[in-house]
Order: sequence, then C-alpha cells, then structure tokens
Amino acid sequence: MRRVRIKDEALEQRMFFQRVLLAATVVALVALALVGRAFWLQVVQHAHYVELSQGNRARIEPLPPNRGVIYDRSGRVIAENTPAYQLELIREQAGDLEDTLAHLVRFGLLERGDVSRVRQLVLSRRTFEAVPFLLQLDDEEVARYAVHRHELPGVLLETRMARHYPYGPVGAHALGYVGTISEQDLSRVDRERYFGTGVIGKTGIERAYEAELLGIGGYREVLVNAEGRPARLAEGADPQLRTFEPQAGRGLRLTLDIELQRVAEEAFAGRRGGAVAIDPANGDVLVFASLPSFDPNGFTRGISRGDYLALTENPDQPLFNRVLRGTYPPGSTIKPLMALAGLENGVIQPTDQIFCGGSYSLPGSRHRYREPRRGGTHGTVEMRRAVMKSCDVYFYRLANTLGIQRIHDSMARMGFGEPTGIDIEGERGGIMPSPAWKKTAFSTREQQVWFPGETVIVGIGQGYWTATLLQLAKATALLAMRGQPYQPRLVRALVDPATGKVDEKKARSLPRIELQHPENWEIIVDAMVAVTTGGTASLAARGASYSIAGKTGTAQVFSVGQAEKYDEKEVAERLRDHAVFVAFAPAESPRLAVAVLVENGGFGSSAAAPIARAIFDAYLAKAPP
Amino acid sequence: MIYGGLGDSRTRRTVTGMARVLRALRLDGMLLSGLIAVSLFGLFVLWSAAGDNDALWFSQLARVGIGFVLLVVLAQIPDHFLRMLSPAAFVVGLVLLAVVALVGDIGKGAQRWLDLGVIRFQPSEIMKLAVPMMCAWYLHQRPLPPSLRDVGAVLLIILVPVGLIAEQPDLGTALLVAASGTIVLVMGGLSWTSILGGIAILGAAVPVGWHFMHEYQRQRVLTLLDPQSDALGAGYHIIQSQIAIGSGGVFGKGWMNGSQAQLEFLPERSTDFIFAVIGEELGLLGLMALLVGYLFIVGRGMTMALQCRDAFTRLLAGSIALTFFVYACVNAGMVMGLLPVVGVPLPLVSYGGTSFVTLMAGFGILMALHSSRKLVG
Repeated sequence: MRRVRIKDEALEQRMFFQRVLLAATVVALVALALVGRAFWLQVVQHAHYVELSQGNRARIEPLPPNRGVIYDRSGRVIAENTPAYQLELIREQAGDLEDTLAHLVRFGLLERGDVSRVRQLVLSRRTFEAVPFLLQLDDEEVARYAVHRHELPGVLLETRMARHYPYGPVGAHALGYVGTISEQDLSRVDRERYFGTGVIGKTGIERAYEAELLGIGGYREVLVNAEGRPARLAEGADPQLRTFEPQAGRGLRLTLDIELQRVAEEAFAGRRGGAVAIDPANGDVLVFASLPSFDPNGFTRGISRGDYLALTENPDQPLFNRVLRGTYPPGSTIKPLMALAGLENGVIQPTDQIFCGGSYSLPGSRHRYREPRRGGTHGTVEMRRAVMKSCDVYFYRLANTLGIQRIHDSMARMGFGEPTGIDIEGERGGIMPSPAWKKTAFSTREQQVWFPGETVIVGIGQGYWTATLLQLAKATALLAMRGQPYQPRLVRALVDPATGKVDEKKARSLPRIELQHPENWEIIVDAMVAVTTGGTASLAARGASYSIAGKTGTAQVFSVGQAEKYDEKEVAERLRDHAVFVAFAPAESPRLAVAVLVENGGFGSSAAAPIARAIFDAYLAKAPP
Repeated sequence: MIYGGLGDSRTRRTVTGMARVLRALRLDGMLLSGLIAVSLFGLFVLWSAAGDNDALWFSQLARVGIGFVLLVVLAQIPDHFLRMLSPAAFVVGLVLLAVVALVGDIGKGAQRWLDLGVIRFQPSEIMKLAVPMMCAWYLHQRPLPPSLRDVGAVLLIILVPVGLIAEQPDLGTALLVAASGTIVLVMGGLSWTSILGGIAILGAAVPVGWHFMHEYQRQRVLTLLDPQSDALGAGYHIIQSQIAIGSGGVFGKGWMNGSQAQLEFLPERSTDFIFAVIGEELGLLGLMALLVGYLFIVGRGMTMALQCRDAFTRLLAGSIALTFFVYACVNAGMVMGLLPVVGVPLPLVSYGGTSFVTLMAGFGILMALHSSRKLVG
C-alpha cells in the first residue's frame, strides 16, 4: 500500500530553518577558509612575494619548442628548423606603437603594405608578450636594425629556430607551409600553447599535423627591473631563477618519396597539372604533385603583401592545390570501370560485338554523339578492343543500356562523388551525377529533369561527372588490387624527437569490393594492358621492362558543336582539352598506381602518359623494399 | 488584489520618508544598502584596475545604473506571477542554448553569444536564474522533503542546461548554474543520505568527467596542482595573482599603486582577476572589507528567505542568496590558487555587463518574493 503524502507547511518551514542553519555554517566555514588563505599569502608568505614583486622581479620569457622535423619515406629531411634572426615587438615596452611601426617602415624593416597586418598581430597578443613579426632577417636587415636599435624601444632582435624547406617548391602542395599566426588561427587553437611561438601550420601536412608538430613550450625566468628591462645582479647573488626546457614536437615520416616527386614534377616540363602515385598495397601516397608549385620558404619568412599578391594573381594559380581541390571530368580514363559495371550488371559479355561507325544516336533521336577524331571509326569492336582503342560509340551505347542509376551506384562504390579521406584538410569530392543529385543541384523543376542524353556522355566520363586526381588514383589502385581499396595517406609514422623511435601507423584498409564473378577483374586488367601494348598509350609504354595496365583520357574544357570537328591546332591553348592518364604497373603484381593530368595538354596519350612512364621508370628501377 | 507595501497596518512604528519610499517600491533597505556599498567599492577598485582606460570604467558605471534600474523593475513583479513564469523562462532559455549550440557547431569553436543584431547576450546567463526558478517551481507543488522520484526530476532539470553550457565550453557558468539548482534541492530538504550519497557519486564521477573535459580544461586543473608546470599558460595567471596578493600584505600598496596591477603583470586584472588587484592595493584589510560586504548581503538574503510565505518563494530566495556567495567564493578561491581557473567574475566588482546585470536581476526577484509575504494574513 502506498501512503499518500500531503504538504505539511509547518514541517516544511521547520526543515527550511534547519537547512538555513546548515547553509550558514557552510558559509562561515568557507569564509574562514578564504580568510585563512588570504592570511597565508599576505602575512605569512608576505616577505617572499614582496621579493618577487618589488624592485626586481622575475619575468617569464618563453622558450619556444622546436617544431617537429618532417622526413620523406626514406628518411630524407624535407622540413627542418634552422637558426635565423627575427624581430620581435613587446607592446608595453614600445611606448607608442604607431611611432614604432612608422620607424620600422622608415628604416626599411617593414613594408608599408604590411603595417596593418603587423599592428593587428601585435594588438591580438598580450601587452607583455614578445610578438615575432619579421622572420629570417638577412644580414643587411640585421645591420640596419643594429644602427637604429636605440630608436626602436620594445623591438628586439632574437635568434630563433625558423622553418626551412630544403627542397623548396618540390612537394610543396602536400607539405604545406607555416606562417605567422593570425587572429583567425588563434580562434581555432588554444592560444596559451603559442606563447612565444611565432608560426603555425597553414596548409597541407604542416596544418593537418599541427598538434603533433608543435611541441610543448618551456620558459626561463629572468630578473627585470621596474621598467621591465633585464636587471644586472649584484656579484654572488643567487636569484634562484628557474628554466623549464621546451619539448620538441614529434617528427613525421611521410609516405612521399621526395626524389620520385622531383622526377614527376620535372616530367611536367613547365606545364600545368597534377600527378598522384599510390602504393596500391597500403594507400601510401608517393607522389603528390600539383603544378605550378611555389616556394614555401617565402611564407615562413612572413611573406610580404606584394609577393603574396603576385602568387594569388598569377593566372597559372600556383597556390591552387590541383590534386586536392581540382575537379575535372575524368574523360575516357573511367572506361575500364564502365566496362566492369557492364559485366557485373550482366548487360554485356566481353565478346559481344558492336559496330562503330563514328557516331551514336539514341533510338528515336537525330542527335549524333561523335568520336572526337576526324573520321574516327573503329569498325566492329568487342570489349577489349573498345577499351584499347578508346571507342566512344561502344561506351555511349553501354551507358544507355546500363542507365544512370546503375552507373552511379557502381561508380560510387569505387569512391567517386566523395572525398578519398586523405589526411590533409580541404579535399573536394567532385560530382558523381545521378537523377537524385540533379534534384538537389538545380533549383527549377525544368532543370531538375534527367535527360537520357546526359547518361550517354557520362559513359565516356564527361557531362556533369567531375573527379579529383586523388579519386582517379584511388580507383586505379583499387583495380590494381583487384578490389581491395586503401585510404590514401601522406603520413606513415610519427618520430619521437628525443629517442628517434619511429611509431609506424597502420595502413587503413577499406571494405573490399566483391564481384559476383571475380574473373572480371582480369578481363578488365587485360584490356588495360592492351591499351599500352597496342592501343592509345602504346607509344608512351614502348620499351618498358615491365607491363603497364593503363587508360588514356581527354577531359573536355569546352564542348564541340554538332557540325564542328575538334581541331587541336585552332583552339586557343587555354581552351584545349586536359590530357589524363591512369595506370598501374607491373600489371600482374602492381607496385604503383598513378593518375596524371596535364591541363590543356590535348589527348592523354601524348601529354600525360609519358609523365606516368617517367614515374614508373624511376620507381620500378629500384628493387622492391 | 492590491500588491505592494500598502495597508501595512501591523506596523506601529513611525516610518521615515526614506522607509516609506522603499516600501512603496517594494525594496528591502538593508539588502539594497549592502548591494550599493559593494558596487561602489567595486567601481572604486575598477578605477585603479582599468588604468588609462576611462571608457571601460564609464561603461561599467552605465551597467551598474542599468542593473539597479532592473532590480527596481523586477521587484515589482508579484510572486505568483514569477512562479507562473518559471517553466516558460526555463524552456525559452533551453531553446536559446540549443540554438547557440547549433550555431556554434557551424562556427567551430567556443560559442556562447547569441547575436540579435542590436544586442548580444549569453543564454547561459538566463539559466543562472531560470534553473533555480524551475527547480523551486517543481518542488513547491510537491510534499517536502522530496521523494526520490522528485529528486531525479529536479536533477534532470539541472543537468540538461548544465550539459549544454559545459559543451560551449563554459565550465565556470555550468558549475554556477549547477550550484544554483542543487542549492534549491538541498534547501528543500534533500535527506542527509542523499547529500552524502551525491558527494560520493561526484567523487566517483571525477575520472569520468576528466575523460569528457576539453584539453584546456584539464590543463587548468593540472595547473592548479602545480602552477609552475605551465607558467606561461594558465599557470601564469595563478602565479602572477598570488604574487600580487601576497606582496600586498596587511595594508596593501595603496590605491593605484599596485606594481603588479599597474605594470600589467597581472592578466585580466579588470575582469576575472580583479580580486588580486584588491589584495595588492588594499591589502588584507581590503579583502576583509569586501568579504564582510558579501557576508552581509548573503546574511540579509537568508533572513529574507526565512520570512517568505511558501515553498516556492523560500527556496528561490534562499538559492539566489546562496548562489551569490558561491560566485564570490569560486572567484576568490580561483584567484588565490585554491580552485582551478574557471572564468567566473567577482560578483558586483568585476568589469563585465552581463554578470552584473544578471546578479541585480536576481536580487530584484529576491525582493519581489520577500515583499509578497506581507499579504498573508
């Protein structure tokens, strides 16, 4: 039985009174504790604190940690710290900040355009902090400072370790760079950890692995007088000042092979584009080339406004990371994957023959989808020959048979339409089109309708379909591994700065793609080998001591009208098609998968395939590790 | 019904003009004078702590004015109306907190402010009052001491907003809101077994809480145990504030003469660390004077709570008075190195608008609750 309780006002009042007494006791005890603590600090320990505070007192000077060193996959140093002079400003010692900035400009130590940036930087830090604002001074600047130092109170010349990238622009897009900390950076990190540290990772690996690279700051106590200047001690005085050593950041061992990277970048011979090479067995990215590149050493010095504008306004866009953020139509490079989708969905057999007369029309339509080359007919082709000769008509027809939904589902499984998940920030996912995608991408109802013609051109990697080089490389690696994908990665291990102990990270395997008929892998690989032995890429593969499975492609920059024919020579250089090539080698036991794109390079066979060949030659010449 | 100090026929004493005005405005003279005294003391100290920054001092003066006006306005609200309002205030506060959490997810980083274009405010400030109101509202209609089920319900009322605030992350405010609700529960007669059990569970939860803390929050706790381990970061505050307080001695270095404060060794000296400025410039005596002021306010608040007529008013009044003391202790404890640095301002003294105004709103409500008692026959 449950007793129903009712409110008893008298009881509640009595109880509340008791609780007030309890609260009063607690309040009294806590007050006593506070008084006790104040008494301890102000009476018992008074003399000790007076010593610290009056006349000379200990000022804390930061000892910034050494940033972690970055090595390539075989241990070559590609980002290190070298001693350099830098200018620092302490606001509370500078007197009038505007005067100081004006003096710096007059003495040629600061560009006029950088004044507002430096002002903002100094004002964003605490008044007693030394804020580095000009890094890596050259000898002439040091001399100028020495002459004028008495006119620059609060401006100090310090020797600090500065970031240096010995390989300069090679691999800069993967590596990223460090730069002076901005107000924006401080909003995403714990500002206390950057006391005395002038720089922070801005892009690439330097940014993504900031937490590992940074290290832990130390400090040193220095006696300063009432004006805040370092004080001289009387002889024999022992101020009992302490030093806490900083702890260096952790080193990184990358998956990049900096020499292979250099080979790849040189093979571009000044052309724009990108190349990715992946070890298919673990997702290690050995080459991550986006060209043109830039020299990250310019940023570590605190790049001037003028130099930065020169980089951003360059029409070749050297700061644009083409590998990570460039989305291009994949072109014919996806034909092997389309063929695989056809086989797996049972809509076509490898031996089925199709006649290519140079153009394809949808049933009941007069619109002709053409082969790109003048007079390009392939006659009767089956699957192997269609891939080998890159016959568009075959794949127009296959795409129409498959339908857009099945194409979308097959390609999404291969990773198209979403980022690969590589371990640096800012990756784009491209577009894998489908009727559902079109509904979200367009606003009006008429635009949202999916037309059969749009399916046809998706069959040759054109239309709405865009992909990144990382996606192409990942899908190629997946073919090489016959269905076992790995997440691409740039960092393979962390290195302990004190002991040098290498802590290897495990490769991240992704869910395996199981085929209903596993022998289809070999049918596709065989067709890709045919491409390099008798097909569109045979010239670039000639004389190789290993077998290459590849596929050329051409990404359309603008579309050719119905009655026109594409003439490479007549089209302005920047409107020319992008050349694409994907490949892996050796075909039977793959060690490297590559995707290359040369912007405005024309057909993939002539511009992109030789770059892939150069990468393979340089890498496969070495014995397997 | 007529509210206010009218028809107060029980009092035989002749009342002075001042007292008549106070009664007409439903204000409590003793509490008001305590608040005014501490606020003036605060402005006095802030003049020194603000240094050359006159604008900062005048803007605080304006907020003090706004705070007292708000106090007078809120004191006019009848208690049953406050009671009715409690659930609505709580729900509105909760929704605003959720909005801030969502916006914060997009903005990546600490997000506490809600920007309404004209004014910006922190919804967590609303919760400092809405949570104890809701707890008192919930308990007043049930028999006390609360049953286990009621205790559970009240804990839920407390923990949901506290969780959202802690996630912002604003550990200081989260702890204060939690304290304000818990005080209602304890004052409402939570049994001794429950109190001791709660303390035991809290003790056991420490490792779990540690796991969910942000890295910088952990750092603050570690720093308390050994300030030297992080002398540049969180430890810097504690080291410098202890030097300031300790070097002040019994009589202090004199107003505007604290070298730690005036030479800017002491960080955040006009906001969270103003207690150290008092200790340095006005010495142990200055700190004692402030403490006496606080104790007077809390004592008067508790007396008023005892005179209240029903459970809702009693519990809420008691919570407002005691939470005020918790504010003071947490700040003083943190500045003197007894508690981790959690970013709680010194009540009525620290520069900062929302804190002062919220406190005054609380005391306005306290006076409203107290005035309403006189209608009981």
